[in-house]
Amino acid sequence: MNEAMSYIFSFGFIHSILRVTTPILFATLGSVVAERAGTANIALEAIMLFSALGGALGSGLTGSLWIGFLLALASGLLITAILGVFALRLKADIILSGIALNLLGTGGTVFIMYTIIQDKGNTSSIATQVFPNWSIPVLDGIPVLGDILSGHNALTYLAFLMVFLVWGLLFKTRLGLRIRSVGENLHAAESVGIHVQRIQWLALLISGFLTSLGGAFMSMGYMNGFGQNMVSGRGFIALAAASMGQLHPVGGMLAALIFGTADAVSNVLAAARIPDEIVKMIPYVATIIGLVAFSILTRHKEQRRRQVTKAKS
Amino acid sequence: MHKARSWLTKNFTVVRLAAAVLIGVLFAMAVITLISDDPAAAISKLFTGPLQSKRRFGNVIELMIPLTFAGLSITVMFAANQFNMGAEGAFYAGGAVAALVALNMPLPAFAHPAAAILAGGLIGGVTCLTAGALKVKWGTSELVTSLMLNYVMYYLFKYILFTGSGLKDPDCGYVATYKLPGTAVLPRIIQGTRIHAGLIVTALAVALIYVYMKHTKWGYELKLTGENQKFARYSGIGVGGVILASQFIGGVIGGTGGAVQVLGMYERFQWVSLPGYGFDGVIVAILARKNPLFVPVAAFFLAYLRIGSDAMSSSTDVTNEIISIIQSIIILFVSAKVFLEAYRQRMVVKEAVEHE
Amino acid sequence: MPVFSYFPGRVVICLDPIVEMQKIMKVYPNGIVANNGVDFSVTSGEIHALVGENGAGKTTLMKILFGIEQPTGGAIRVGGDEVKIHSVAEALQLGLGMVQQHFMLVPSMTVAENIVLGTEPMKGLLLDKDEAVRVTQALCEKYSFAIDGRSRVGDLPVGDKQKVEILKVLFRRARVLILDEPTAVLTPQETEELFRQMVILKEQGHTIVFISHKLREVHALCDRVTIMRKARTVGVYRLADISIDQISERMMGRQAALEVHRTPAKPGHIRLAADNLTCVSGEHKKMVDGVSFVLRSGEILGVVGVEGNGQKELVDMLTGETDPSAGTVTIAGINTAGKGPRSVRDLAAAYIPQERMEVGIAQDCSITENIASYIYRKPEYRSGPLLNWRKLAATARRMIADYQVKAGSEETAVRMLSGGNIQKVIVAREFEGNPGLIIADQPTRGIDVGAANLIHNKLVELRDAGAAVLLVTSDLAEVMTLSDSIIVLFGGRISAYFPDTAELQENELGLYMLGVRTMSEEEIGRCRHA
Repeated sequence: MNEAMSYIFSFGFIHSILRVTTPILFATLGSVVAERAGTANIALEAIMLFSALGGALGSGLTGSLWIGFLLALASGLLITAILGVFALRLKADIILSGIALNLLGTGGTVFIMYTIIQDKGNTSSIATQVFPNWSIPVLDGIPVLGDILSGHNALTYLAFLMVFLVWGLLFKTRLGLRIRSVGENLHAAESVGIHVQRIQWLALLISGFLTSLGGAFMSMGYMNGFGQNMVSGRGFIALAAASMGQLHPVGGMLAALIFGTADAVSNVLAAARIPDEIVKMIPYVATIIGLVAFSILTRHKEQRRRQVTKAKS
Repeated sequence: MHKARSWLTKNFTVVRLAAAVLIGVLFAMAVITLISDDPAAAISKLFTGPLQSKRRFGNVIELMIPLTFAGLSITVMFAANQFNMGAEGAFYAGGAVAALVALNMPLPAFAHPAAAILAGGLIGGVTCLTAGALKVKWGTSELVTSLMLNYVMYYLFKYILFTGSGLKDPDCGYVATYKLPGTAVLPRIIQGTRIHAGLIVTALAVALIYVYMKHTKWGYELKLTGENQKFARYSGIGVGGVILASQFIGGVIGGTGGAVQVLGMYERFQWVSLPGYGFDGVIVAILARKNPLFVPVAAFFLAYLRIGSDAMSSSTDVTNEIISIIQSIIILFVSAKVFLEAYRQRMVVKEAVEHE
Repeated sequence: MPVFSYFPGRVVICLDPIVEMQKIMKVYPNGIVANNGVDFSVTSGEIHALVGENGAGKTTLMKILFGIEQPTGGAIRVGGDEVKIHSVAEALQLGLGMVQQHFMLVPSMTVAENIVLGTEPMKGLLLDKDEAVRVTQALCEKYSFAIDGRSRVGDLPVGDKQKVEILKVLFRRARVLILDEPTAVLTPQETEELFRQMVILKEQGHTIVFISHKLREVHALCDRVTIMRKARTVGVYRLADISIDQISERMMGRQAALEVHRTPAKPGHIRLAADNLTCVSGEHKKMVDGVSFVLRSGEILGVVGVEGNGQKELVDMLTGETDPSAGTVTIAGINTAGKGPRSVRDLAAAYIPQERMEVGIAQDCSITENIASYIYRKPEYRSGPLLNWRKLAATARRMIADYQVKAGSEETAVRMLSGGNIQKVIVAREFEGNPGLIIADQPTRGIDVGAANLIHNKLVELRDAGAAVLLVTSDLAEVMTLSDSIIVLFGGRISAYFPDTAELQENELGLYMLGVRTMSEEEIGRCRHA
């Protein structure tokens, strides 16, 4: 236990937080973009599962990192496209469609995996290619910062870079302005001639792309290969993080880091004498607590605003 | 032609349901044809496998039981317009608590399973109530909290049963608790199969929930709340209380389902992973169209498909996860409002024109 | 043909009309005729008022002009050429712009962003925010609007939000601006400012169509007025040539008598008392300002006014939906203010809501299930917790027969019924069991004559049986035929009280409804004692 505690307060631990946060962060950003356009993407879990599988199979069977990566993206985008077709074109309830796709995720990935490599558990029989870890030259030498920031997987750096890019997209580009207008006031967007469904499609696809990166990381960076049900609810944690982050990429990043910390703590404590299951509960309990705290704060803000109106009468 | 058409427009939702199921099954058949070396054998096994032996057909009924509980649970919770997915956690917790009561509380024959099931139901109720309460009190998304709670309940009770309570059987070859006492398990009621007395509990549950939803004032208030919350409020209904009650009841059913499953189908408690029935409850509920009486029918249908696909996967080269593909397709098509809508409009117009 | 137009001190000579609408027809699928051969024309550079009661067809006409709705018949000419306007985008292209009653703004974005949305200036791949602000400032300066392009729209007061809406259409080079009831949401000061802006716009060569029912404002601001009544144009006048009273008279016209027999009322004890009710909106505007009155059993008190003068907020306070900012509501001696709808329901109060579909029914439920909502708690429909659906269905069948509801059966989903029949179901439900107090909000709006008649007769029947009825409506014929006494709401206040409607004329009522006249405090105060 002592070793665990001392590790938690070390810089190596912060390093592992960033690593563990990566997939959650990608999915959180995916949720942020989708929610901003008013099209809630609940299928994050399924997108991550399929893209993880796609990456594992693609790179494992061809030996090429990039083919794996492309297949990962294609798989995730395919799931996203299905969501788009049913929710946007066929007017299915978008939440229910997301739930349906998540149900597809667990079984569907096992089915495909078994069909292709005759293994239901994982892809250990093939050699999945993994994204490299990068040591950043100058940074490496610096004592504290180097420990924390250098030596991460390429996709981890990409994830945090994406925070900036998503922020730029939403607040500095024309598409971002239109996405936000569609999400906040459909009619306002329509009244100036914006093609609402087209914007919603774009937002969903961008969301799917970001989430697929998270899935790719799961099998090609975090782990080496695909394992049954490996995403373990990160897609849902990402939904909570996006909400808590007020649908802002930076806020989402902070929330994702909080959950990543809980995840990392649970990994550390697993090595200590604390029971496995209790430790694994931590991220989920943290999510519930975080969501509730967020809801309470939002309620208070609303109540205060209503009281002001009454007082002024 | 007229009669057929007017029947079609009146029962349009059933037609849509059938069409969605058909598409799901056809898609699966297409996939099987693509990947299997002997698609004909696979497909025939899928559809007729359950009929090929008493044992197999018994499996269908056995599977129908937990699916019915899950379907009822989701039906009740979704009726309040809450996307509470906590049936899975309730199920697991219910089974675990039932095992706890079975192993720790010696009781005579009838009372033992009754107490265990009751306890299982209660913990299930608490699980789903939590998500509902957070929604009512603070507006927290019940979808996310219920999914998180599933994991929490799973890990919590997995710990308690296999580690914390000392009930794990060290002599058993696989991870499991000690054998459940004979007084607690539910007896088999049909020879040659594993169908257990839980079937009776299932029938009771269906009847009770049916009466609750369709014939009591609480069920009525629940329906109005789910259909139009504003209207319900205006009619003087305490909407918050209705939501809480429905989530609790849904959870109790889920927990009961888990308890019945553990006590009826197993010698020991051995769930080392989430059994997944809770999620299947969503498709059962959707197929049953919010009517408790149709839940066992939908559950039977889904169980039939499942056992068929098990039969198929044990004797051919197609694995049974294909069922999740069918399920998803069905849910997607059933919820697509526009699916066949154009067709329906044309029918309505034709009928109206003919009536003139 | 040249048309001369006067505006104090200036003579503006215009040539042809810039917008001409000829014989416009608009019939909705449910049979309602919103525009019945309407002619409307506006000349360049004038401020043209379009007035009429609720439902006269003015908003529909302008929605057709702006491309939101399509006419069923008739022609539109812009700048002399015949055009077909299929969409908002096309209307904008033709130089037409409309500012609607409900704003279409994105609250989290800045003024500049809202204005350029859809045609954003770009700097390479990124938004050129500075350019957007610059363009906004240029517009503001040109038209003397005092708005900062960088402020967040959500933080702006209502008057400024409206300016942003106006700037939006000006940015898209609208020459003709249509303003739909623009002063409905403004405080008096903001209204003055708006008028100043209108004059500046006119000086810059723009044309303005001003839809309003506030005749004083129309008279102060506009050059000409088109009066509409019952889906037709009744006349076009220069405001210099017509008085407000005359406009009012033409707007209201003579109302056809309804087929209702009403004997004089015999009011009993006080059933409902409102005392100094006030409601302040989110934007700090007093929607209801110190309204007090009493309603006795056995009488029908009409609350009439043009929509938007506080009726909705008043009803919400009386039914417990919103808490009053000040004042009390006493039903049968109990103060219900702030206690929610259940408390009102428990006091045997029936409510026929204005928003039928949102609040009055559950669309996908059957008729039986809908009518049960008022009576399911009664012991005769229950045995313990179990509901007796057979009895409820029988009651539903009886109601369907009594109210002549056209439906397949009592199990039909309410959604399938026509508007009038849905209202009959609601009314049947609410009147069941002889409620002591009935609050009816626009009970016959948009429904067929037969259904309306039935409902009117039922109201009188219940009154004779001792119920207290509060009839909130903007339908003059209805309120005059049914009410024993009438309160007129204007600007959130009671502007008139008529204890006896026998000798009342539409014209007189109209003047109070349009704010042309207001009674003295003393005369109004009588409604507190009745």
